[in-house]
Amino acid sequence: MVLSHNIAHNIPFLSIFLAIFGGIVTPLINDGQKSRRLHMFLTAVIGLLSLLLLFHVNFNQERFTFVMGHFPSPWGNELKAGPMEAVLSVTFSIVMLLAVGGGKDLIEKDILYEKQSLYYVMLNLLFGSMLALIYTNDIFTGYVFIEINTICSCGVIMCKESGKSMLATIRYIIMSILGSGLILFSIATLYIVTGHLLFTHLKMSIMRLINSGTYDFPLVITAGMFTLGIAVKSALFPFHTMLPGAYETTSVSSSGILSGLVIKSYIIFLIKVYYCVFTLEYLRDIKVTNLIFFMGACGMILGSVMALKERRVLRMLAYSSVAQIGYIYMGIGLGTNIGVTAAMLHIVTHAVTKPMLFICTGRMKDISLEKTANHRLKGIGYKDITAGVGFVVGALSIVGIPLFAGFASKLYLAIASFYSPFKMAVALIMLAISMVLNAMYFIPPVVDIWHTLSDSDANSKIVPKFIPSFNVAVILFIAINFFVGICYNSIFGIFELGIMLIR
Amino acid sequence: MTYNSSDNHESKWEKFFKWVNGEQALDSVWEKELKSKILGKRQKRHKSIEDVIDKINAQSKKIYIFFSIIITVTYIGILLYTAVLLPEHGNELNPTNNEVSQRYVENGVNDTGAVNAVSAMILEYRAFDTFGETVALFASIICVAILLKKDRSNLCPQEEREYIEDEKILNADGNGILKFTSRLIFPIVILYGVYVILNGHISPGGGFSGGAIIGAGLILYSAAYGDKNLKHIVNYNSFSKVVCGCLLVYFFSKGYSFFTGGNHIKSIIPKGTPGNILSGGLILPLNICVGAVVACTIYGFYSYFTKGDI
Amino acid sequence: MIKLITTNYFEMTAIILFGIGFMNILLQDNLIKKFIGLNIMDTAIYLYLVSYGYISNRTAPIIREGNWQYVNPVPSGLVLTGIVVSVSMTAFSLALVQRLYKRYGTLSFDEVIKKLRSGEAQNGSES
Repeated sequence: MVLSHNIAHNIPFLSIFLAIFGGIVTPLINDGQKSRRLHMFLTAVIGLLSLLLLFHVNFNQERFTFVMGHFPSPWGNELKAGPMEAVLSVTFSIVMLLAVGGGKDLIEKDILYEKQSLYYVMLNLLFGSMLALIYTNDIFTGYVFIEINTICSCGVIMCKESGKSMLATIRYIIMSILGSGLILFSIATLYIVTGHLLFTHLKMSIMRLINSGTYDFPLVITAGMFTLGIAVKSALFPFHTMLPGAYETTSVSSSGILSGLVIKSYIIFLIKVYYCVFTLEYLRDIKVTNLIFFMGACGMILGSVMALKERRVLRMLAYSSVAQIGYIYMGIGLGTNIGVTAAMLHIVTHAVTKPMLFICTGRMKDISLEKTANHRLKGIGYKDITAGVGFVVGALSIVGIPLFAGFASKLYLAIASFYSPFKMAVALIMLAISMVLNAMYFIPPVVDIWHTLSDSDANSKIVPKFIPSFNVAVILFIAINFFVGICYNSIFGIFELGIMLIR
Repeated sequence: MTYNSSDNHESKWEKFFKWVNGEQALDSVWEKELKSKILGKRQKRHKSIEDVIDKINAQSKKIYIFFSIIITVTYIGILLYTAVLLPEHGNELNPTNNEVSQRYVENGVNDTGAVNAVSAMILEYRAFDTFGETVALFASIICVAILLKKDRSNLCPQEEREYIEDEKILNADGNGILKFTSRLIFPIVILYGVYVILNGHISPGGGFSGGAIIGAGLILYSAAYGDKNLKHIVNYNSFSKVVCGCLLVYFFSKGYSFFTGGNHIKSIIPKGTPGNILSGGLILPLNICVGAVVACTIYGFYSYFTKGDI
Repeated sequence: MIKLITTNYFEMTAIILFGIGFMNILLQDNLIKKFIGLNIMDTAIYLYLVSYGYISNRTAPIIREGNWQYVNPVPSGLVLTGIVVSVSMTAFSLALVQRLYKRYGTLSFDEVIKKLRSGEAQNGSES
C-alpha cells in the first residue's frame, strides 16, 4: 500500500506515542539501569525524528495537520505541526536527554533502587505529555495532557520521599488543581458558546461571535480565565509560591526538567491557543495582553529581588526561574508577533540554561564536605572544574552576556518592545533593572564557588570521583549554549516562520 | 560574601508573606519576637506567651480569610453574571447543538458501528483524549505506588501493629454479616461489572464504569475475607502485567487506527452489525482493556491505601 | 435577563458549588477537607458542562430506529474523561496526605509545617 502523503507527517504522532510507549513498558522492566537506558534511547530517537521534521518543515515552509483517527477536523482529534513545534520538540528532547544523563548518579543516590524504574515511568509520561501539548490542535486534549503533566510532575517531585518534598508536592498539587479548575471552566464556557473544541473551527466561530457581538462578556471572561489558569500552572509571579520548595527538595535532574521544560510546555500551549483560537488582535482589544505584561514585568523584578535575598542556591535558582517566566510573559504581553517570537526564543534559551545550572549545583552540593549552609560551596570550583565552569556559563547566560544564549533572547525582547510604543519605556527599564539584579544575585555564589581554598577548609580535602556522564552532559550543555548564543538569528528566523504559518 | 542567617530584622509583612509562601508556620513566625517582649512584661500582666501568640494568629488568619472571601465572592459574582448571559438551558438552538453533535448522533452508527453515541464519541471520534485519560489513571496508580509502597523510607511501626490486629480480627469467626452478605453480593457485582463492560457500545456503560464496579467488588471481597485469598491471583506481578498488557493492547490498536487515519488508509477492522454484541469495530476490545485497567487500578488504590502493597 | 435567571439555574448552582469548593481550598486547614473542596470544585465544573448537553424533551443518545431526538453526546463524553482525570488526581493527593500523616501524625497543614521546621532545626540546617 502506498502512503498517500508524506512520511515525515507521521513524526508528531510517532514521537508522542514512542514516549508514552516507554512509560507503559517500563514497569515491566523493573530495573533502574535498564529503564534509564530505555528512556534515554527513546528520547534520543524522538530527538532525531524531530530534527528530521524540523528540516522537512523548514525546507517546505509548511504547517501540516495529522488526523488522529479517521475523522477530520470538527469531529476527531488532530495534531498540527510546523517549524515552531519542530524546534521546540528538538530542544525539549535534547534538554531532557542531557538533564537525565547528567544527573543520573544523583538520581541513583536520591531515589530508592526499587522505585527508580517507576521514576522513569514518570519521566517518560512527562515527556509524552509535553510533546502532546506542543503538537495538539484540540483544546480538550490540551486539558487532558495538562493534567497528565501535573500528575507526573508531582510524581517526579515527591520521588525523593523526604518530608520536605512531600510538603512541596502538596503545595504544587493544590496550586496546579486550582489552575486546572480555571482552565477547565474556561474550556467549558468556550465549548458552550461555540460548540467546537478543535482550534480551527473554534477560531472561525469565535471570529463570528466577535463580529456579531453576541456573548461578548463570556468571551472576555473565558480569555481572561484561561490566561489566569495557565499563569497559575506556569508559576507566574503572584502564583509562584509552589516553585522554590519543589525545586529545592527534589532530585536536581527533575528540578532542571521541571523548570526548563514542564512549565514552558504550558506557556507554549497558551501561545498556541492565543494564535489559533483568540488571535492576538482580539486579546489586545480586550486588554488581556496588558494584564500579562504587567504580571510578567512584576515577576521579572520581584523574582530577582527574592532571588537576591535567598541564601540557598537551589532556592535562588527557583526564584530566578520565576523571574525568567516573567520575561516570557512580558514578551507575550507586548501583544505583537515579534514580541511572542522573542518570548519563544527566551523559552529555548532558558530551557538550555536552567537544567545545566541545576545539575551543576547538584553535583557541587553532592561532593561538598561542608556541613553548614553558609560555606557549603566554598572553593568547589577547583575540585570539579566542569561543574564550576558550567555554573559560571549558566550564570553568564542568565545575566545576558553576549555570546551566551540568554543574550539573544533579551536582545530580541528589547527589539520587540520598540514595536509596541506604549509599553516600550516600561519594558526597556524593566529589562535593564532585572539584568542588573540578575548579575547581583549570581555574583555571590560564583564568587563563593571560585573562592581560594586554604588548608583549614573542609572542602579542600575533597577528592571527587570522576563521573563521565556528568562531564559529557555539562560540556554538551555549554556547547549548545554557545551555539544558541551565536546562531540565534537562524533560530529566531524559524520561529518567525512558525508564527507566520500559525496565523 | 557570606550569607549570615539573620531572621531578626524581618518586618511583620515579610513574616506574613513567609507564612503565605509556606516557609514558616504561623506560630513560629511571631514566637521569637514576642518571647523577648513578653518576658519583660510578664510580671505586670498575667498572660502567657501562648495566649498572645494565639491572638496574633487569629488576627493574621482573619486578614487572610477576609481577602479570600472577597476574592471568591467577586469571582463568583462575575461568573454568575456570565452564566446569565450564556445560552438558555435546554434550548435546541444553542450553539452546542451544531454539526458536530449532529454527526455524532446521525452518522455515529454508520461511522463506527456502535449504537451508544457517547461510547462512539470517546473511543472513536475523540479517542486520543480517552487514551490520554487512561494514561492519567496509569500515572496516578504509579504515583500512589511510589508513595505508599512499603520499603525502607516508608515504615511505620504503629501501622504494622494495626495491620496485624486487623488480620486477627479477620481470622476470628466474627464479621458474620459482612462475610455472608459479601458472599451473596460478590458474584452479582462482578457479573454486573462484566455486563456493563461488554455492553458498553450498545447500552449505557463502558470500560470505565464497568471497571469501577468490578474494582468495588474486589474491594468488598478483600474487606470481608482479607487479602490472603486474593493474594495468589492479585499480586504485584500479575497486577503490573495486566495493567501494562491491557494498556499496550489499547496503545497498539489505537496507534494502528491513528496511523491509518492520519495516512488516509482504510482500516481493515470490520464494524459488524450495529446493535449486536460483536459490533462497533475496536470499541468492544478497547472497553475490555479499559475495564481491566480500571478494575486493577481501583483495587490497587485500595490495597496501597490500606496495606501499602498489592 | 430575568427569564434567563429562571432557566439557567443549573449553571448558577454549579457556579455557587464551584465557589464553595474554591473557598474550601483556600480556607480549610485540614488537608482532607482541602482535597474534598477540590473535588467539589471539579464536580461543579462537570455539572456546568454537562447541563449544556441537555435539550428539552429529548432522550439519551442510544440510537434506535425511527428516533432522531437525542441530547448532545459531546458534554457527556468530555465529562467522562474529566471525571477519570479528577479521580486520579484525588487518589494521588490522598496518598500524599496519608504519607504525610504517617510521618507527622497530623492532618493540619500548619501543624505539618511546624513539625517540619522543628525537625529541621534538630538536624542542622541544610543548604
